Amino acid sequence: MRCLLLIIMLISIGFNGFAQKEACHYSLSGSVIDEHDQSNLAYATVYVQELNRGVVADSTGYYSLDGLCQETYTITVSHVSCEPVTLRLEIKGNTEKTLLLEHHIEALKALTIVGLELSEPSAIQEHMGLNTLERYGSASLGDALKEITGLSSLNTGKTLVKPMVQGLYGSRIVIVNQGVRLQDMEWGEEHAPNVDINSAGGVQLVKGAEALQYGGDAIGGTIVINATPFVPDTLYGKAALQASSNGRGGLVNADVFKSSASGWFTKIQGSLKRFGDFKAPDYYLSNSGIFEKGISLHTGRNQSNRGFDLYYSLYDAEIAILRASHIGNIDDLVTAINSQQPQIMSDFDYEIGLPKQEVTHHLARLNYFRSYESGNRWQVQYDFQFNRRLEFDVRVGDDRDKPVIDLELTTHTLSGDLDLNQKGQFPSKVGLLYRIQENFADPDTGIKRLVPNYIRYELGGFITTRHQLSPFWLLDAGIRYDFNRIEAKKWYETSRWIERGYDTDFGDFVSEVLENQILVNPQFDFHNVSVSVGGVHHWGDKGKIRFNYTLAQRAPNPSELFSDGLHQSASRIELGDLRIEQETSHKIGASIASGTNRWSWEIAPYLNHINGFILLEPEGVEQTIRGAFPVWEYQQTDARIWGVDVRAVVSWHDNWGSDHSYSYIHGQDIMGDRPLINMVPPKFRNRLTFTLPQWHQLQIRLESIYNFEQNRYPNNDFEVFLPITGELQEVDISTPPPGYHLLNLWVNTTFNFKRQNEMQVGLAIENLLNTSYRDYLNRQRFFTDEPGVNFQLSLKYSF
Amino acid sequence: MRTWTPTILYLALFMACGTVEDPDPINQEEVITTVRVTLTPSSGPQVILQSQDLDGVGPNPPVVSVSGNLVAGSSYAGTTEFLDESQNPAEDISSEVEEEGDEHQIFYQLGGNAQFSITYQDQDSEGNPIGLTFDLQTGTASEGTLLVTLRHQPDKSAPGVSQGDITNAGGETDVAQSFEIIIQ
Repeated sequence: MRCLLLIIMLISIGFNGFAQKEACHYSLSGSVIDEHDQSNLAYATVYVQELNRGVVADSTGYYSLDGLCQETYTITVSHVSCEPVTLRLEIKGNTEKTLLLEHHIEALKALTIVGLELSEPSAIQEHMGLNTLERYGSASLGDALKEITGLSSLNTGKTLVKPMVQGLYGSRIVIVNQGVRLQDMEWGEEHAPNVDINSAGGVQLVKGAEALQYGGDAIGGTIVINATPFVPDTLYGKAALQASSNGRGGLVNADVFKSSASGWFTKIQGSLKRFGDFKAPDYYLSNSGIFEKGISLHTGRNQSNRGFDLYYSLYDAEIAILRASHIGNIDDLVTAINSQQPQIMSDFDYEIGLPKQEVTHHLARLNYFRSYESGNRWQVQYDFQFNRRLEFDVRVGDDRDKPVIDLELTTHTLSGDLDLNQKGQFPSKVGLLYRIQENFADPDTGIKRLVPNYIRYELGGFITTRHQLSPFWLLDAGIRYDFNRIEAKKWYETSRWIERGYDTDFGDFVSEVLENQILVNPQFDFHNVSVSVGGVHHWGDKGKIRFNYTLAQRAPNPSELFSDGLHQSASRIELGDLRIEQETSHKIGASIASGTNRWSWEIAPYLNHINGFILLEPEGVEQTIRGAFPVWEYQQTDARIWGVDVRAVVSWHDNWGSDHSYSYIHGQDIMGDRPLINMVPPKFRNRLTFTLPQWHQLQIRLESIYNFEQNRYPNNDFEVFLPITGELQEVDISTPPPGYHLLNLWVNTTFNFKRQNEMQVGLAIENLLNTSYRDYLNRQRFFTDEPGVNFQLSLKYSF
Repeated sequence: MRTWTPTILYLALFMACGTVEDPDPINQEEVITTVRVTLTPSSGPQVILQSQDLDGVGPNPPVVSVSGNLVAGSSYAGTTEFLDESQNPAEDISSEVEEEGDEHQIFYQLGGNAQFSITYQDQDSEGNPIGLTFDLQTGTASEGTLLVTLRHQPDKSAPGVSQGDITNAGGETDVAQSFEIIIQ
């Protein structure tokens, strides 16, 4: 009992709502009582599913939760001797709510406090709720994630957005969609995650021991996209429409969730997104639109002690790539850089011309779980993913409509995990995973395969645990091992095979020799070990300090091993290296937070030391009949990345609040003694919010974002011989663009109708001042400005 | 333990049957391996400028050859061919360029002190030059370079482009090769 009380104390003082995106300082409190005799239910649990946290009521049945946003939450109330009850609750301000439970002394079996975290793990978590996600419905996952301090993106144009966590992206980030690790050729710089943001119920950034269950190679971080939480015996849904002036397009999205008291449920969702050419302040970005379709279906039965579900989603997108970014040779690049204007421009149209990408992603998951009174639980899951990627370049003649890249990636995963000892001193989770993945590159493209055919096997196991050392100290730890085998079959140009020196090092791989080509069968094994330990300490009213050490190892991806050829969109020859080994990261992260009722702050520094960091670096110039091309090679070095995220949230007055954040990141190639490329420049974000709950829950937010110029960058400039002048010209591909300042305005109102039906009406103005700017982390920065002002109208009807 | 039995079966199943099939070799299409400029005088020997890059974007540089010197004060009829010699027989890319003439233009730029001028002799469907055939008029004895550039989707209506000035052409480069020219 003493322990329980201490935990209650710990939790009720522990949360300051800092991790939330909005001014998340609302509280929810009240009593948990028995519906029949109105008696107070001591020590009932009130659990917020979206936040993965909860509180235990005190001996009088009183509970209090802090740090809630203006958001709809799914709340599960449970008590030892009652049927648990789940309800959806909209938080519009500090809320008092009496929670009713049906007391059944005989119904002990129905207990579900499964997955309940009485206290939070040391992992630094950030959560984004549905309301925030919905605002980005017509943008992308990568755009939405930038709401979280410390997250940014590597873009190719406006529509291809790769999430970046503390300076790292691609294969160094694990994205988990609906419990399934996304396998979608994340290795390309211009490949965005194949996820329909409108199918998500919430998004979390998970780092630390808890993240080990998703994969051991998340050197940057793990992004988890959750399904909508389950609520029994209900029907709800929404229809949303967004219309934007820039791109003259928008989004239609609808979903409906139905469940019965016996636990059967179904959710169906569909979205359609269409944009034409976007517009920079001075010109249209010719061929920059997108046509995206997503559907998802989630069905199953969720009983208190067992359940199964089936999830299926289809994501299909046709994405135009800026015409002017498709260039022939380095002279064209010089011309583009010098003219500061796209070399091919035209008026607005909706056509998705060449170059473009067409991607299709199918995801299916079947999951079964059982849980026990002890809180222990096991689940097994099979999931299947099929990813098809077509890329079209500008080609001539008969090949005009043929893709240059045609890849099919098929992944099967079988996994199982077990929550053990949930009421003991060391609540633990163990799991096993087996994955097999096949890549097929269709030869009909008539272009040499960028990524070869391969099969990849993965076998992994993990154990994580946590321990409440004292009322004010919680520790967690985990270890994971993964075995990776990749078997590839690849044709090399004989001249390249010899130039790389592979003929001496990898002669055994050769299986067939033609006149100019050589077939090889490389096979590599990697053993990866990941470890995470951390802790959290609370003091005073709002004080909290967290720390975490993570060791992570990542096997090289197919691109790093096998790339071999001209990368048209980057106008460079990219060469992988069969000799590349896995990279090993040691990361220390910490955060310290404190505050008062009026304001709170958090400082989160981190240091990531990566041995064998794989990076792409320029290594000279090769002459071809198309002219000269710089050659970039994948190499390994030791790198150090450190940074700090700072945030403060202030509540000035009942209606006025502000939110300030600053991120700095510093990346250094230690062996090369120079800065790392593509490090996010410092960013300073300030928001002023005005809320008037009495008047249709009016919310107004003015946001100012200052992106500094990146002064730390490697000099990758090179010289190219221009035959006309007979001179060498320096090509400046390194200098980052100047800093810039953007203003965004967002207004939202809600109109309530009968029976919880409501209509939300919102207006957003992005880039309010129509500023012309270029971003260092947009791969099209050599060719064009970023889009200008955009007016977006949003309507959402929920029932 | 019982729950893991299917997993083990599954493992055995996939480990046993997973092999990568041999991929077919790809003969890269629409690659231009060779550009050949043939200059024919009214009398005397032809001069052939050729650049050949059989491994495409492979590590080997193109092999450039010039068969002889030009004669001062002469007129030459010029033709330019683009070939894919990685195929057997070699594929003639020039005919594709001609068919899609409104989307292509070949530019001839003079470098160094070479004294000569070039006049287009062909037209696309809209009356703009393509550049597959041209006249070359040499001046006095001199030395310099000739840069041959094939542009895809140039803006032929931009100032100077139809006269052969590449400055405002835009588009993207499919071929760019320079040749040493001696006029004597």
